[in-house]
Amino acid sequence: MDYLKVPEEVKGIKKYALAAAAGGFLVMGALYFFLPGTVFFASYLVGYLFWLTIALGILGWLTLHHMTGGGWGIMVRRISEAAVYTIPFLAVFIIPVLFGIHHLYHWSEAEAVAHDPILAHKAPYLNVPFFILRTVFYFAVWIFLVFRLLKLSLEQDKTGDAVIYNKLYRVSAPGFLLLFLTATFASFDWLMSLDPHWFSSIYGVWFASGAALSGMSFLALWAIILYSREPLSEYKRLVYFHDYGKLMFAFVMFWAYISFSQFLIIWSGNLPEEIIFYIPRIRGKWLPLSVFLLIGHFVLPFLLLLSARIKKDFGKLSKIAIWLLFMHWIDIFWNVFPSLKIGESYSILFAILANVAVTVMVGGVFFYFFISRLEKMPLLPVKEPFLREALESE
Amino acid sequence: MNRVYGVLAEFDSISSLIEAAKEARDIGFRKMDAYTPFPNEELAHILGYHKSRLPLITLIAGLIGTVTGAGLCYWVHVIAYPLNFGGKPLNSWPAFVPITFETTILFAGIGVVLGFFAICGLPQPYHPLFNDPRFGLASNDRFFLCIEADDPYYNEDKVKQLLGKKAVRVTTVDF
Repeated sequence: MDYLKVPEEVKGIKKYALAAAAGGFLVMGALYFFLPGTVFFASYLVGYLFWLTIALGILGWLTLHHMTGGGWGIMVRRISEAAVYTIPFLAVFIIPVLFGIHHLYHWSEAEAVAHDPILAHKAPYLNVPFFILRTVFYFAVWIFLVFRLLKLSLEQDKTGDAVIYNKLYRVSAPGFLLLFLTATFASFDWLMSLDPHWFSSIYGVWFASGAALSGMSFLALWAIILYSREPLSEYKRLVYFHDYGKLMFAFVMFWAYISFSQFLIIWSGNLPEEIIFYIPRIRGKWLPLSVFLLIGHFVLPFLLLLSARIKKDFGKLSKIAIWLLFMHWIDIFWNVFPSLKIGESYSILFAILANVAVTVMVGGVFFYFFISRLEKMPLLPVKEPFLREALESE
Repeated sequence: MNRVYGVLAEFDSISSLIEAAKEARDIGFRKMDAYTPFPNEELAHILGYHKSRLPLITLIAGLIGTVTGAGLCYWVHVIAYPLNFGGKPLNSWPAFVPITFETTILFAGIGVVLGFFAICGLPQPYHPLFNDPRFGLASNDRFFLCIEADDPYYNEDKVKQLLGKKAVRVTTVDF
């Protein structure tokens, strides 16, 4: 298969990705000695979860597309497959989080649990062995799903057997359900338990909405990159870019709806065990970041994406997609850092640098495997039965 | 004598209608409309159908809804019936957001329906084109193009000649 190849300049990203991964790793490694453990591992968690949630969000879109069909999904199927292909490799990078468990998660300290009836009550769920077991289980489910989908897709490309279309459907339906459940519990474990006294049952939906939005922004951005270059440029259909804009718009609103629902219920009740999440965020030093999140993650993209003209404009849509990815990073940071209890003083500059270094490092790994996978197959699912229909649009 | 509404041309295929509409548009006619049994993208494009003020009407209606909802909440909670809920200040804006959101959607929804009717000129119990006995076939198997008399380029004989090239029948329609 030597047609519909990845453009050379896109292949070139692989070199930079490796360099970024190595550079990020060195900077991160050096900062380990200059930062308190909590700050270091929290920075790691932010940078890591940023990329993992993008990949998980795209896995959600891919399984959803296999169930619903539609030209929008066929046009970005290869991009989606390449992005979810990174999940097995990203799985390795959860290990530092497990090493930092005592720095990040207050509930993991036996002494704290002994003096705290609430933590003792939660101990059957929140304990180190079960936490690790659950993490392994989440990744096992995701990796199984990814391998199954990619294997079937490869088979479809080789044989063109129409049955594979149905098989993809049958894997995706339970896969989507499992993905949603595992992602919900993963968000409880990795993020919500940073403050083990606090709980919010809508948290998993917040996690999924952010993943879906950043996943769609990533897909839209890469669709713009690939469809404005040879060889895909002749298959460019504007109607699908309008669709990506509409889906981004929908999930900008959904994210705001969920985030605000969580806030409104907790703020109305004003109960001590719930409001602890919002007190550092709306009183004191984190307030400016909260306002920035509200404006940058909702108000601004909402107003811009209202316009149909902007949604169909490659330059503008790609800028909004980059902005939404940046805001997704801020969103995760906002959910991690204000929850931490850091005793020692530390350099804010180094903390920011650590966040950036981890994001660059994991991002380098992500892009290396993303591009590697993109090179393996033609950029369109050539034997997909609905490809012709999808290309009939303008 | 009656006032003239325009020249109505009847076509037996969508392609001849599109050709005639394209030619008329190139000459400069803008006050024209087509009547076909099914929608056609190309035709809509030629007639300039995509330039609609409906999005703007919806936006304005939505904004009116925002102001109404927020204003209603403020008036109820701060001015008319000031009650203390859980020790919160009277003007607790987060509690107003759901109402404000709902009235925004409601007003935008009503605005888009009413705006649609207004732009289409509905309801319209009388339309001069129905004076032509064959015009009803526009919802069956015939394609019609009408160039209206208030177009600045309008000249009855020239329009008839122009449309007559492709049409199977051309008539003048009175009000």
